[in-house]
Amino acid sequence: MSANIVFSLSDWWSLFTHFMLLSLLAVGGAITTAPDMHRYLVTQQHWLSDSEFTTSIALAQAAPGPNVLFVALMGWQVGLNAAPSVGASEWSWLCGLTGVFLAMSGILLPSSVLTYTATRWAHKNRSNRAVKAFKMGMAPIVVALLMATGWLLAAAHDQPSRDWPLWLTTVVATIVVWKTRIHMLWLLGFGALLGGLGWI
Amino acid sequence: MTASHPQLPPDTLARPQSRSELFWAFTWLALQGFGGVLAVVQRVLVEEKRWMTREQFVEDWAVAQIMPGPNVVNLSMMIGGRYFGLPGALSALAGMLMAPMALVLLLAVWFAGVAHTELAQGALRGMGAVAAGLISATGLKLVGALTSSPMGKVACLVLALATFVAVAWLRIPLAGVLLGLGALACSWAWRCEQVAGKDTQ
Repeated sequence: MSANIVFSLSDWWSLFTHFMLLSLLAVGGAITTAPDMHRYLVTQQHWLSDSEFTTSIALAQAAPGPNVLFVALMGWQVGLNAAPSVGASEWSWLCGLTGVFLAMSGILLPSSVLTYTATRWAHKNRSNRAVKAFKMGMAPIVVALLMATGWLLAAAHDQPSRDWPLWLTTVVATIVVWKTRIHMLWLLGFGALLGGLGWI
Repeated sequence: MTASHPQLPPDTLARPQSRSELFWAFTWLALQGFGGVLAVVQRVLVEEKRWMTREQFVEDWAVAQIMPGPNVVNLSMMIGGRYFGLPGALSALAGMLMAPMALVLLLAVWFAGVAHTELAQGALRGMGAVAAGLISATGLKLVGALTSSPMGKVACLVLALATFVAVAWLRIPLAGVLLGLGALACSWAWRCEQVAGKDTQ
């Protein structure tokens, strides 16, 4: 637990507007703004501790749903830390949910409005040569980005002598998903089991 | 599986019948998406529901990726909006976010109690390793969508390889990669589009 902090209305507003700003900078996904969130929430404002920050990201990765939910968890934790410490757990919940609401609407509103408007335009003009060239040209780039993401997630564990079972798991999962139609939930459950038993 | 019905003409694709079908489809796929939803979106929308072809999926995703904001959130709004306008976009968005958000908050409350146990940490590690594989495999499946590109196989392969090296090994910031290699790729596509257009005239 990090120390309790006192939140004024203007602090809630700053939380909201900072995430709104990051929303427009999040080209390539919300996770690309994580370094700046760390600078703001942990280093500058001291609203989150270091471990609260990394746990938010790890939990959102492990849970189902879009990765952007790590923002919801950060909002939740900021809210909990901002709640008055004297007992009343209703206050913690209320503050936590306020944090979730402000952080999520901040990170989603500006980018969604922009994307929706722009893509409606592009769809109306889909026979336009520039629109076609853009979509065609970006295809190989984004396919490669997927593979790079897989690579980076696996490479986060970087000690061959200790981490080779994790890498092997990743490679096997890649081949199984690529070549078969086994449901992904079975694979994830199996991974959790291997990890929980301490085998990888 | 996609290989068994290659290059379907657009009129044999299915489409969502209602906004609630959109909502539940996106809720269901979001709940299956551990460590990122994109792999599941591809599997459910392209392979199971057949609302779009592999090629359309890659195109839409390219746009979702280049726009600011969370990629799969952008993608869900684009797909929902195409069928039912703004209400469709909001249905898909709500489906993508509501149930997973409730779940992740419950998980956070529960995890606060067990965070320090070896079991929880190990399970997280194991699931992370599998999730990395899921994402790579989706990339491998989509490589097939590039072979029919008018840009040519070799150009596509070179661009993809350069992107992978830039992001995974050289760790160049994504914005720079998208601007640099993206601009190169789009100008090449613009040129090929011109040639293809002349051929058909």
